[in-house]
Amino acid sequence: MKRRFAAIANALVVFAALLLLWQLVIWIFRVAPFLLPSPAAVGTAMVKKFPLLLRALSITAMEAAGGLLGSIIVGVSAALLFAQSRWVRRMFYPYTLLLQTVPIIAISPLILLWVGAGMPAVTLIAFIISLAPIIANVTQGLISADENLVDLFLMHNASAVQMLFKLRLPHSVPSLFVGIRIASGLAVIGAITGELYAGSARVGEGGLGYSIFYASSQLQTDYLFALVAATTVLGFGFVFIVMFLEWYFLHRWHESARTPDAG
Amino acid sequence: MSVNEAAPMVELDGVAKKFPNGRNVLDPLALEIEKGEFVTLIGPSGCGKSTLLKLISGLIPPSQGQIRIDGLTPKNAREMVSYVFQDPTLLPWRTVLQNVCLGLELENVAKVRQLKRAEALLSLAGLEQVAAAYPRELSGGMKMRVSIARALATNPKLLLMDEPFAALDQMTRDRFNEEILRLRAEQKWTAVFVTHSVSEAVFLSTRIVVLAPNPGRIHATFPVDLPTVRTAALRTEPEFDVLAAKVSHSLREALAQ
Repeated sequence: MKRRFAAIANALVVFAALLLLWQLVIWIFRVAPFLLPSPAAVGTAMVKKFPLLLRALSITAMEAAGGLLGSIIVGVSAALLFAQSRWVRRMFYPYTLLLQTVPIIAISPLILLWVGAGMPAVTLIAFIISLAPIIANVTQGLISADENLVDLFLMHNASAVQMLFKLRLPHSVPSLFVGIRIASGLAVIGAITGELYAGSARVGEGGLGYSIFYASSQLQTDYLFALVAATTVLGFGFVFIVMFLEWYFLHRWHESARTPDAG
Repeated sequence: MSVNEAAPMVELDGVAKKFPNGRNVLDPLALEIEKGEFVTLIGPSGCGKSTLLKLISGLIPPSQGQIRIDGLTPKNAREMVSYVFQDPTLLPWRTVLQNVCLGLELENVAKVRQLKRAEALLSLAGLEQVAAAYPRELSGGMKMRVSIARALATNPKLLLMDEPFAALDQMTRDRFNEEILRLRAEQKWTAVFVTHSVSEAVFLSTRIVVLAPNPGRIHATFPVDLPTVRTAALRTEPEFDVLAAKVSHSLREALAQ
């Protein structure tokens, strides 16, 4: 416990030093506020525009979470299908690679065309960008159960359903979390970049990505900084929640699940 | 419950195994194991002893010949057969108690009866203290104990064991050998046991089958005329040493051929 506090204290000291350096640079070089606002100005923008900021944050969070949830559901279902036979994998696996390699910027205009600007379009982008790692990891987890365990199940005349629910699915849970960890970061990035192309322009409906775009066009650099800080908070929030869930479900039996302490 | 009281527990008739790559793993061989026997298969690597066990379990089919377990095909006989693997092969996400229940659960035994049976075996195997622990919290010896308890939970008539104690240290191994005989005396299953260790084979068996490698075949068979009730002291008896020496000699012959 003591060590953890010390780690947090160290990080805070670095943070304070960076803020001080930032403020010094502005004082010494007299930087224009629209190029680099002072930490105090950013703080003020944060407080003054807090309701707007929170609204943007929650919109992006919902889009990212929706996309991630969708990719978990679709990804696990696809993996269950892929785990059935090598032939199914050979037929469909190349297309998951396609998912991974297609630049989201290239397909955003299409999505905008088909779905229209707004939360559904952005959620769809977050979903597409975060789907591949779930499929890949869960498929690997499902097909890599120990041969001896499979034999053991066969020796007890296990049905295909028992084999799936009592062996392959539980065995794939650690891989699922590896996939979710990667996908959660991608979903947040997908939601923010997605908003740049397909975010709603209506008042009060723009998320962080759209607000960043808007603030920069208005040269509201102090608010822009506040928005960037909010994206960081969002990313951290996702990683933290996923790590907690992973620890909660795996710490009793799986070696890879470290306690938050050891991290 | 036997389909046929007179039928041998295991009957191999002209059984051979060839792998898809054309390699002969087992030459045609015949072997009969009566009910109540403890037969040990011993031999150098490559003699097909694990393959033979897999054939008896029905996990792999023979290339030729016929296998009968108490008069049934290996697949149909699975309900009365349990397999103990070289590794403990426990489900890491299940507690010890849940692991011991696995076989009963897969055979759709009612929950209450599962627990009753599993608890009886935990106490028989000295595992009551760790019933709620997960496999990663246990030592190698304890894990193997759980693995054996799980195999016995389904009340098998035939127990197939593939070098179950190979990874344990000598002292733990000796103790396990004594315990496995105690469990057998109580439960009266037939056993087919694979090992590399001559003293383990002599201590446990009623019959030892020495296999020769490349391709696998039966080299010699030794009946073990030692008392049915065996204790640790048996290992220092002269007749134990005499038989162990004979088996060792036969093993060297098998390897030299």
